[in-house]
Amino acid sequence: MSQSYNRGLIEDFGRWREFSAGMWAWIFHKFTGWVLVGYLFTHIAVLSTALSGAAPYTNTIQALESLLVVRILEVGLLAVAVFHILNGLRLLFVDLGVGLEAQDKSFYASLILTGVIVVASVPTFLAGVSI
Amino acid sequence: MSTQVPEQVEDESSAESVSPGKQKRDAKKRERAERLQEQREAEAAEKARTADDTYHLKVFRYDPEVEGKQEPRFDDFYVPYKQGMTVLDALMWARDHYDSSLTFRHSCRQAICGSDALFVNGSQRLGCKTQLSDLSEPVRVEPLPHADVVKDLVVDMEHFYDQMEAVEPYFQTNSLPAEDEEQRQTRENREKVKMSTRCIWCSACMSSCNIAAGDNEYLGPAAINKAYRFAMDEREGEDMKQRRLEILEQEHGVWRCQTQFSCTEVCPKDIPLTEHIQELKREAIKNNLKFW
Repeated sequence: MSQSYNRGLIEDFGRWREFSAGMWAWIFHKFTGWVLVGYLFTHIAVLSTALSGAAPYTNTIQALESLLVVRILEVGLLAVAVFHILNGLRLLFVDLGVGLEAQDKSFYASLILTGVIVVASVPTFLAGVSI
Repeated sequence: MSTQVPEQVEDESSAESVSPGKQKRDAKKRERAERLQEQREAEAAEKARTADDTYHLKVFRYDPEVEGKQEPRFDDFYVPYKQGMTVLDALMWARDHYDSSLTFRHSCRQAICGSDALFVNGSQRLGCKTQLSDLSEPVRVEPLPHADVVKDLVVDMEHFYDQMEAVEPYFQTNSLPAEDEEQRQTRENREKVKMSTRCIWCSACMSSCNIAAGDNEYLGPAAINKAYRFAMDEREGEDMKQRRLEILEQEHGVWRCQTQFSCTEVCPKDIPLTEHIQELKREAIKNNLKFW
């Protein structure tokens, strides 16, 4: 709808404090989705530089793994992927019309579960993989 | 507090016929009366502000036709609280006692007419159904978001009504009963459409919907719910249901819903809107997917 004048924060993201669970779930799902798409392209691009044999491949992986920033980013990737999966399951139930009255609770549950899994994964990721 | 246009200078022509002495005295008297009045008003306002049984309302004001109100702003009203007072009651009190130009729609005051959907403290609610005691102060009252404001709290509902009418919100059937028979509905079927019949066309859901805000052609929760009410009505018959699904499964129909649950959360009549939209999505798929 066309606005005849600017109504300030009424119409935009500035009201994020008033967003409800379903809205947050939607925003996070969009965000994580785009992050995963971005990751997928980077993933393919980086690994395609090391396709000439087993040794270059291993070298590339080891070089990446030796960087702390990569290991930290991996934790972030896990967080994003786990939330996207769990919220995707939630959306599956929403599409099937199951438990719509508990949609906010299932969102919180997927958030908490994501948090738990990510925290549990931190030692493994930061220690790095020894190949 | 008042937002009226500055008062016109009083008409002096009537005073011309009386003697200059009386004129002077009258002027003095008037001046004194005015001062007294001003003082009294200031006192009343001060009392209202400091009293602990008043509610502080911040009300959105805008009027393109009045020069001083063309720039949208918020006005403060301090309204004495009475038990059971709703946002609508408070607005009416403010209008009657402070500023008669404060404009808002209302009619039945019992959540049936659907006129007074407002944006109160950041969510779409019916003014008449929202208790002041449930809100934190200051109570921010704004017109519904995602609609053009006509004046103060009144928004242009034309687009919403267009969308409602687009789904043919009335009963149609090809299978009429015999002349001396009634068009009966089974109890189970009535139970199925029960919640969807409660819609009062207040537009709260449409205003809360993020998708409807970005896509002007999207039917919106209220219209889809209306379509659900008739599509699920068995008395309409199969071919009519087909017709309704054809309207709904278009690009800007049910598929635009991204299940944010905003509409379900704000619906003053507690209609499970998202559930109905999702059910229509499943119906649309079942309608087009045939493996036999």
